[in-house]
Amino acid sequence: MSAIGDDTLRTPLKNVRGLGSAQSGVRHWWLQRITAVALVPLSLWLLWLCAGLVHADYASVRAAIGQPVDAVLLVALVVSLFWHGALGLQVVIEDYIHTRWQEVVLQILVRFGAFLAAVACIFAIARIALG
Amino acid sequence: MSQTARPTSPHLGIYRWRVNMWQSVLHRLTGLFLCVGSLLVAWGLIAAASGADAWSTFAAFCASGIGVTLLIAWTWSLLFHLCNGIQHLFRDTGMGYDAAQRDHSRTPSYFATGWMVIAVSVALTALVWIGLFLRANGGAA
Repeated sequence: MSAIGDDTLRTPLKNVRGLGSAQSGVRHWWLQRITAVALVPLSLWLLWLCAGLVHADYASVRAAIGQPVDAVLLVALVVSLFWHGALGLQVVIEDYIHTRWQEVVLQILVRFGAFLAAVACIFAIARIALG
Repeated sequence: MSQTARPTSPHLGIYRWRVNMWQSVLHRLTGLFLCVGSLLVAWGLIAAASGADAWSTFAAFCASGIGVTLLIAWTWSLLFHLCNGIQHLFRDTGMGYDAAQRDHSRTPSYFATGWMVIAVSVALTALVWIGLFLRANGGAA
């Protein structure tokens, strides 16, 4: 850091201006709460749906997932679920992984994994509902 | 370089364990466990989209001893994380923090709601699984 300004006439204030707050301090907190509020009814509904499908055969499972209301709610659930999970894992990694390169690698893997899982789920739901 | 044994600031060890500390630890542990459970949701959806063979592999895993054990654990984890999360959302609004509510003699107190979260999550898990076992054995009308 000190290399930036040592050989110039810039004041320290000039060097830090614009590098400080990204104006996103509460973004993580807020998104975690929004996805949590969404997951309150959606996860209870998923529990209800799964309990109803426990001994169902393959055709009735596909029929249930393919119904428009169920398909839309499942997509909403999957998006909130993997988003909320990624936000939570991000904090756990920040708290416990203190080696910088390991932290960066894990943060990238969590983001990629959550995104891929969500996209795969949405694709599967769409394939059942539209196929 | 002399090593003087300086006093360190007190950490968790000096506190008596109260229910809110268990809630905090369990919220994180169940959250981690539910992240694994979210992969089961993905497996189920992908299997249903892939075909009858893929689905029967998934269904066989869920019906196996390990599968049922994991599903019971995931059910409780979900319900605990859900109930505790709802308490978090209420406390985010500032509810429950005033001195009167930290008074043990009052119900619901700061700690009483914590025990309620644990009790309700266990009771709901029992309700779900007893219902499922009764239905599987034809015991429920």
